[in-house]
Amino acid sequence: MLNLRALFARQEFIIFIVLVVLCAAIAIVNPTAFLTVPNAFRILRACIVIGIFALGALMVLISGGIDVSFPAIAISALYLSTLIIVDTGIDSVPLAFALGGLIGLALGLVNAVFIGIFKLPTLIVTLGTLNLFRGALLFFAGSVRIRLSEVTTNFADATRWNIITVPAARGEASLHFSILILLGLALLVWFILRYTMLGRAIYAIGGDREAAERAGFNIVRTQFFIYGFVGLLAGIAGIVFGILGREADPFSIVGTELDVIAAVVLGGASILGGRGTVVGTLLGVLLITVISSNLVLLGIPTEWQRFVIGALILIGVGIPALQGLRRRAQRTQLIGAV
Amino acid sequence: MTQELLRLEKIVKSFAGVQALKGVDLHINSGEITCLVGENGCGKSTLIKVISGVYQPDSGSIFIDGNSVSHLRPIDSIRSGIQVIYQDFSLFPNLSVAENLALNNQLSQGKRFVNWGEVRAIAQEALKRTDVNLPLDALVGDLSVADKQLIAISRAILQDARLVVMDEPTTALTGKEVAALFKVVRNLQAKGIAILFVSHKLNEVLEIAEKVVIMRNGEKVLDTPARELDVRKISYYMTGREIAESYYDYAPKPNETPLLKVEHLTLPGAFDDISFSLRGGEILGITGLLGSGRTELAKALFGESPAKSGTIHVKGQVVSIRSIQDAIRNHIGYVPEDRLTEGLFLQRSIGSNIVTSTLKQLLSRAGIVENKKVNSEIGQWVEDLRIKTRDVSLPVRSLSGGNQQRVVLAKWLSAKPEILILNGPTVGVDVGSKEELHQIIKDLAYKGMGIIIISDDIPELMATCNRILLMRRGRIGEELVTRQTGEGELSAKLRQSAV
Repeated sequence: MLNLRALFARQEFIIFIVLVVLCAAIAIVNPTAFLTVPNAFRILRACIVIGIFALGALMVLISGGIDVSFPAIAISALYLSTLIIVDTGIDSVPLAFALGGLIGLALGLVNAVFIGIFKLPTLIVTLGTLNLFRGALLFFAGSVRIRLSEVTTNFADATRWNIITVPAARGEASLHFSILILLGLALLVWFILRYTMLGRAIYAIGGDREAAERAGFNIVRTQFFIYGFVGLLAGIAGIVFGILGREADPFSIVGTELDVIAAVVLGGASILGGRGTVVGTLLGVLLITVISSNLVLLGIPTEWQRFVIGALILIGVGIPALQGLRRRAQRTQLIGAV
Repeated sequence: MTQELLRLEKIVKSFAGVQALKGVDLHINSGEITCLVGENGCGKSTLIKVISGVYQPDSGSIFIDGNSVSHLRPIDSIRSGIQVIYQDFSLFPNLSVAENLALNNQLSQGKRFVNWGEVRAIAQEALKRTDVNLPLDALVGDLSVADKQLIAISRAILQDARLVVMDEPTTALTGKEVAALFKVVRNLQAKGIAILFVSHKLNEVLEIAEKVVIMRNGEKVLDTPARELDVRKISYYMTGREIAESYYDYAPKPNETPLLKVEHLTLPGAFDDISFSLRGGEILGITGLLGSGRTELAKALFGESPAKSGTIHVKGQVVSIRSIQDAIRNHIGYVPEDRLTEGLFLQRSIGSNIVTSTLKQLLSRAGIVENKKVNSEIGQWVEDLRIKTRDVSLPVRSLSGGNQQRVVLAKWLSAKPEILILNGPTVGVDVGSKEELHQIIKDLAYKGMGIIIISDDIPELMATCNRILLMRRGRIGEELVTRQTGEGELSAKLRQSAV
């Protein structure tokens, strides 16, 4: 089953090789800065929020849609949860996650109503709600940055909930517990996509919507699940973002949506739907993170990061497209020869 | 051994006052291969939809296994073992063969989780039942049309089908693939499964069918064992006339330079050493089986996939046609085979479709679109080609097949071509519309245009062309003058070209 040609044709494998080559290059040029445990922890930490977002974006892309509203959902969930915690005085991290998740779910279902029931194009709907959610947040909830340490104790303290701590050159380096949230959610999404009929429905809808309908899949229900679940993930990611940064800033997060979608596409998901995997997505997230945080170690100025990401997207998406073209050309030649 | 599976009695179905089915009887026994033939619009699609439960007949009765069924819904039809394989197959290109085969089965069982071992087992069972060999892990999108069709059939059999209805299953298949499909069909027959095969390719019908049912204008005109029929007889019953429409009369003018002259045109793997000429006022037919190179030749003349060697003369001048722009510059127009994907913007309005290729000529000097000019141009074409619509701002998809085809024609005619290549001009067009389109084509030729029609529809070629080139494996096998050739002769020659 695992023959070499099939392996090489997989986008996950290509992206893995690119990642290895990039890391090797950085390690050779700057071993003392790159090949260290603190740096590895830093990279992983930077992956967490974008990774959780990417899991949601993956589901949407597979189903043939696109969602750009998740950063607005995340920041709304974080900011509103913080306000509620401050107002009620119940200073609890589990409560923060529960509130964030619920707010995210609710906002995600708003998307689902427009997409599933009114059948509007997903990009238009989520572009609309991106601005709607964020605008409503700034107008009704406020635009003041809240430092968690000034108003909470436990919530702010969660910044220091680490699972591993090692001594480093200056002080110590730690891996934050929220990496476990990312891994747990990744496992959950992988299971849903691979082993549930709901997951297969997502692939089927992305592959051929009409055929999925005729086969008996419930399209609207599936879309409610997708956009609700994406909202839930975004809400959780928002709380993690707050904990890691120790603040709730209504002007943050929004603007990361395209990087997240880029990571998912680099990981092999098709923007046209029907294709994509969790492993590929995580590799895509890792690659984008390494580029944006470590390219500078290669001596490449930060201005070039965008350029490199752009080039990688074109190459990463271009290669499979070319392979597809070649396959089709071979097939037409075959028909012509008959 | 043979048992009655399905019986229809006096089925009547009308749409908006038009009777599509006027009291049709049909009976199908288990293990029997029945072919349903008829021209487009004769009511065969409606009949299939009655059998599959999509349409409810206005009157008449349906019996399954001898029991009267008063209200047949799609789900009842499936439960009693009737499976329809539509032309688009309803497969998922992004999923594996195994999953495509097993998905419907899993879904109808109400499964919530996927057991991949079970999926493979179901898929293997499905392929075993149809005796087909396909890689289970391949993505369906990477397979050929023929393989996709085999998957659709295998999936249908898996649902314990007792009657499989195939709607025009051979349209996109090559000769070899058709043979493979027929093998599968006979295999199913041996297992007692009945097949209802809808087609208008008469040679195939005669090859596979035990019983032929011919429909015309919503009525069954013949229901007889296939061995009592030949192509001539079937076409007579299908069309209701011994000879198709009148021949096209063309009187050559002496010493006239041909509009188009092609010499030794070659594209390796597609066509080889093609030479012919076309004069103004001529309608030249090019026919051959799928894969004979007829479409490739047309595309080469239109610059879509240019020939590798050979020369093309337009009005006596050697021209180089390397791109579609070159062809248009030399006043060559091409109406593609698949108007839905290649020829039209389905969502856009009828009017804007007509003027897309000529909008530039309708601009004012400042480069602004002059609505008055555009509208009069559109109105002119709608009138000339008798396009039936109440409003040209409606989307093209609101039109019937025949009228859509006229919009494609209008689009190309508005570019004022002198040479017009029509590929399958009346595929999917109903009978009445077909004859009108033929008349329009003839009128264009009378006015001096040189027309090439690429088609495997023999009555169509006979009715419109004055000369016909028969292509065989990329070469011109024979040139026939329509007046001196019989319809049966041509179809026999076309059939022979397969071997």
